[in-house]
Parts: sequence; C-alpha cells; structure tokens
Amino acid sequence: MLSPVILIPALLNGLLTGAVYALVALGLTLIYGVLHIINFAHGALLTAAMFAAYFAFTVLGIDPYLAVFIISPLFFAIGYALQRFVIGPASHGEDRNMLLVTLGLSVVIENALLFGFRADTRTIDVPYAFSTIDLGFTYLAVPRLVGFVAVFVVALALWLIMSLTDIGRAIRAVAKEKFGAQLAGIDVAHVYAVTFGLGTACVAIAACLLMPTYYVNPSAGNAFVLVAFTIVVLGGMGSVPGAVLGGLVIGVVESLSSLFLGDSLGQVGIFLIFIAVLLVRPQGLFGAKA
Amino acid sequence: MTTETLLAVENLRAGYGESEVLRGIDLTVKAGEIVTVLGSNGVGKSTLNRTLSGIVRAQAGRIRFEGAAIEREKPPAIVARGLIHVPEGRRIFPNLSVRDNLDLGSYARAKPRRTQNRERVFDIFPRLRERVAQYAGTLSGGEQQMLAIGRGLMAEPRLLILDEPSLGLSPLLVEELFALIMKIHAEGVAILLVEQNVVESLEVADRAYILAEGQFALSGTAADIAADPELKRTYLGL
Repeated sequence: MLSPVILIPALLNGLLTGAVYALVALGLTLIYGVLHIINFAHGALLTAAMFAAYFAFTVLGIDPYLAVFIISPLFFAIGYALQRFVIGPASHGEDRNMLLVTLGLSVVIENALLFGFRADTRTIDVPYAFSTIDLGFTYLAVPRLVGFVAVFVVALALWLIMSLTDIGRAIRAVAKEKFGAQLAGIDVAHVYAVTFGLGTACVAIAACLLMPTYYVNPSAGNAFVLVAFTIVVLGGMGSVPGAVLGGLVIGVVESLSSLFLGDSLGQVGIFLIFIAVLLVRPQGLFGAKA
Repeated sequence: MTTETLLAVENLRAGYGESEVLRGIDLTVKAGEIVTVLGSNGVGKSTLNRTLSGIVRAQAGRIRFEGAAIEREKPPAIVARGLIHVPEGRRIFPNLSVRDNLDLGSYARAKPRRTQNRERVFDIFPRLRERVAQYAGTLSGGEQQMLAIGRGLMAEPRLLILDEPSLGLSPLLVEELFALIMKIHAEGVAILLVEQNVVESLEVADRAYILAEGQFALSGTAADIAADPELKRTYLGL
C-alpha cells in the first residue's frame, strides 16, 4: 500500500487540491487578521462567485480562467461595499455584532441564490477539464496545476500589496493599532472595506479555479469554508504564509487519508489535525502566542 | 514671532455617552508657540486631545484650525489640515518596520515629500536611522516615543499635539526629550504639549493652561504660572 507509485501521485494531488483550499483560507485569514472576526459569509460569497463563473461561461461564453479577471475585481467591489455599507454600519463598532451580521449575510446570500437558481447542481464543460500532463511516473490534472500556480501568484501579489503600498501598510497598521492608525490619518472604515474586498476577491479567484472541475449549487461553498477554517487555525489566525502552507498540508492530509481510510473518510484526517493543533499548538504554525 | 491664531477652541464640551468630561474649554494656540496643558490624571487631558483630532465628537462649542471650523470633521480630514496628534502611549505600529511606521505618518499629508521628511526625522532622531529596518515593537520605550513623534513630523504638522510624551521615560530621557521638543519647535512647528510633568513643561512653554475637572482653572504665561506656588499646590497637588 505504501508503494511510491500510489503514494507520490496522492501527495501531488493533495498539494494541488490544497492550493484551492489555501486560496479560500487566504481570504478568511486576511479578514480575521485585520477585522478580528470570522467571516461567516465567506462560504456564501464563494458560492456566489461560483455562480458568477458559471453564468459567465454559460451565458457570456467566457472561460473561467479569463472570467477571473472580471469576477475578482467585481467581487472585490462587492466585498468592499458589503463591509462599508452593510457590515460596518450595522455593527456599530462591536466585533461580535460584525460576526453576527456576516452570519446573517450568509443566510441571505444562500437563500437568494436558492430562490434565484433553485437547488440544482450545475457544472460547466470546458475542453481542458480532464487534460493531464504526463510526468513519466504520474499524471497531473491541468486545472489543478493551474490552481496551484494561481495560489502562489495570489499570495505573492498580496505580499507585494502588503509590503510596498500605502494601503497595504495601512491594513497591517490597522490590524494591530487602530487608534494609532486613525491619528495617522488612516480611514479605518475604508481599510476594513478594502481588506474585506481583498478577502472576497480571493474567494472569487478560488471560484473561477474550481468551476472547470467542480459543481455549483447554492451551498457548494460551505464545504470549502469548513476546511479553510481548519487551515486558518492550523496556519495561525491572520497569517498569510500560514494559510498557504496550511492549505497545502491539509490538501495532502485529505488526499492521504482518502488513500488509507477510503474516500468517504478523507476529511476525517483534516479534523483530527484540527483537534491536534488545538491541543498542542493553539496559536498555529505561524501564529503569535496570545 | 507672528500672532496668527492657529487653533482657537471656544466653549468646547465633550465626553463619552452621558458623562461629560470637558465642560467648556477655551484655548488658543498661535503660530510658533509652545502651549502646555497641565493637569493630573483623569481631568480630561486625553479627551481634549481626542476631541481636537476628531476621534471624540464635540458635543458643543467650536474648534477652529487656521480659521476653518473642524469640530465636525473626521480624523483623516483633520490630519490632512496639519493638526497632528501624537498620542499618549505612543501607539506606534509594532508589526511594522520603523521605516513603514514613518511612511504611514505621511499617509494623509505631505506624501510627495516623504523621502526628504524621513531624512529630516532621522536627523532629529539619529537612533531611528540605526533601527530603520527593525520592527517598531522591538524598540525601547524611549525609541518608541521618538518614533511616535517622528511619525507625527512626517505629516509636516502645522500644530503638533504631544500627549504625555515623557510618560514612562527615565529622567535622563525626559531631559533629552524636552531638548528635542525645543529643537522641533525651533524649526517653526507650533506645539500643544499636554503633560503631567509640570516643571519641565513650564520651562519649555510660552503659555500654560491648568486643567482641572474638565475646565481650565487657570491660564497665563508659563513664567507667571511657574512663579505661583499656591496654584501649583491647589491644582497639581505639588
């Protein structure tokens, strides 16, 4: 059973799956790191973005890999507006209110999707859905490889924004010292909204990467967010490198536990890891000690 | 020295919810002045600063800065006008480098001259230059205070509010700090120095206000107030 012929492809597949998890987790951890809330609307926004990618393909005929360049800015704007005009004002500056508002939003978005598009599961047919690259000893699925590359591109882009731009510096400043940031003339409501927008853009990218091989229905995003939450805890709440590495680790864990325990128990490994992390290293791989 | 009025506060009232902290404040700062507001803990010094910089909303009264009413403006707009508040407790960004901390000082104002202003700050605080790439959270208390003031200077302040800059510093550092405040003032920046350190503050200030329970109990030239032992005993508990 431990033959490398089986093990190595399982590892590689795990890494590639983990990349999309990482992307969803990246958005979640970014929002957590700055706004200090778990965004319960993350899954619903992922679902909404998957529908956007679905209709971009079926109605407009735009391939998801091209549509990402329209859908991610669009979802940045949606995320910005949600935080600026809905979540922020409805929370009156209380973190726990923000949490509940995002929970409420997720209910509204999911049911709006259910109302609009019913519970049908939909897929798209792209010519490259089953394309593979022959590595000699194994095959890699092209869509997964694209996802793997994309997560590093996104992580690099985020890192560049965070270190080289004023808005990135302001985001990091607000994350740790809100009052000091206000006195430096930083508009905290704007920074919160930009952060929420960036997190939402991350799920939009994930959605476009998923659509070629995955399906969408009004609750499709939830499965990913549960895993993404585990990744955020594993990588350290608020840590961007933690989200990327955590995503890859969780992808591999899931793939290997499917291999050893069977497909239906694949996710058991993820939650065993989750419990183990909480017991042994509650601050996560990259998290600072509380 | 010019006599142009930079900051004019009239009958300012402010507080948190039901509790009124400032109960009718009148204050002026003229261009080129160092004005000090003295008072013990809990008399409303920090509330005054927070109201001037737009963090706390004024409940009544007027705040004019260079002639414009700013009592309804938000902090970014007030910073953009050049009214810069260096808060008590430094409030630097511990997870950012010294350089990024300074650069964010010019987030809302004087951004085109960021590089030259950074050099100017390094000339005033040479120790910050040595620590430029270090995380601000790893600096000593004195260095963090210098960084907080440096971040304020990056915005080319017209008026610099310093809230308890000497708090938590060793006597030697306090001496150094007040010398640096004089140096910044000598470059033409008006300073509103809000302090508990009476002796040092009165030495550097032109004029002084004594704050007690949300109102000014006394105001006058720093020399007059320094010479009045009775007032010191009454309002500052010395």
